Amino acid sequence: MAGNLRALRRRIRSTRSTKKIFSAQELIAGARIVRAQARVEASKPYAREITRVLSALASSASLDHPLLTERESPKRAAVLVITSDRGFAGSYNVNVLRRTEELLGLLRQEGKEPVLYVVGRKGETYYRFRERDVEQTFTGFSEQPGYADAQEVGQVLIEAFTSGEDDTDGGAGADGIAGVDELHIVFTEFRSLLAQVPVAKRMAPLEVEEVEEFDYEREDREQGVAKDDGLQAAYEFEPSAEGLLDALLPKYVTTRIYAAMLEAAASESASRRRAMKSASDNAEELAKNLSRQANQIRQADITQEISEIVGGADALVSSGAND
Amino acid sequence: MATLQVELVAVERKIWSGEATTVIARTTEGELGILAGHAPVLAQLADGGVVTIRTTEGEDLVVAAHGGFLSITGEGVSILAETAEISSEIDVERAREALRRAEGEKDDPDAQAAVRRAQSRLRAVGETV
Repeated sequence: MAGNLRALRRRIRSTRSTKKIFSAQELIAGARIVRAQARVEASKPYAREITRVLSALASSASLDHPLLTERESPKRAAVLVITSDRGFAGSYNVNVLRRTEELLGLLRQEGKEPVLYVVGRKGETYYRFRERDVEQTFTGFSEQPGYADAQEVGQVLIEAFTSGEDDTDGGAGADGIAGVDELHIVFTEFRSLLAQVPVAKRMAPLEVEEVEEFDYEREDREQGVAKDDGLQAAYEFEPSAEGLLDALLPKYVTTRIYAAMLEAAASESASRRRAMKSASDNAEELAKNLSRQANQIRQADITQEISEIVGGADALVSSGAND
Repeated sequence: MATLQVELVAVERKIWSGEATTVIARTTEGELGILAGHAPVLAQLADGGVVTIRTTEGEDLVVAAHGGFLSITGEGVSILAETAEISSEIDVERAREALRRAEGEKDDPDAQAAVRRAQSRLRAVGETV
């Protein structure tokens, strides 16, 4: 009995100390969400401006740019998956990876060969364990992505995309590099603290409709279309509109990758906080049950000891009376 | 006097916004001075250049902007930059150090970009490089 009690006490102690870890993680994740949300907010003015500039440009320049034109027979499609570096985030990574599998299936159905680019250690290990080919991985910044990180990823993807332009059927084309014909991104959208939804979006070729799809664009249009259109028609460009488009589009793609990373970081912290909250609640519950059991055993031990003493005393008394 | 509404935004945050009388910027085509009522222009900023914003208080705000665009609309000017720093925030010693380090590697395109970034920072604090 006593040994059992000792084992129970040990379990209670270890449950309590893991609970401490869970609640610490929960608090850290909570603080990180606030910071991540602030960064999402801080990045919005730039996104808004660049979208406005781009749509002004799109309405004046002829839209003849590799990043905008649909390729005739797309063969390979790059898929950028944004996962987290650390676990302890509930179903966050599972959801993103499941959404990715759906997209990959869809691309294969359309006869395109998907090429994977992965952000985050969890995604990296997922594909390595399944022995799937991954073109390139980027790790170490999933929780606090900087613009430099997005630039690094963006550069790789845009290079792959532009080198895919001259690819022939089954061949790498004139430049000898097998590029891609489409860019897709899968990340977790931060809708609210309770809802984070994995989404897949196509980044390139960009469609002008897709540019205008942004919420703030819609806001602008509601606020006053006529005024904006009048101005856009009169824009002057330095250098030429085509030159600007060349410089602006890669930056726009990078901005979208950056925005996706920030959203993913906020979602990651939110799901981590939720997972850690239920983990610490469960630990608390477990510790409570265990200590109830331990108390029962302790009480039983005491009762047994008392009855043994009483029984012993009785035996002594009765043996003394017989003397 | 008519004023310009100026927005200076970097990718990671909005850096400055307010009223100004003049904005002077260097685009890839050349130096550009902007007063209120300027015709709408979209321009690419030259790498390694600085943007000077003369506020309505008569103060000069010098900004090192890298990888940026300038958009002039009827209401004002927006400056978009990948990185931008106001001269008062610039760490001169660090910029000098970065310039020295980067100048050693002439062949590396990353180092060349670093050189231009450091140069624009130093120009923004009024040094000649």
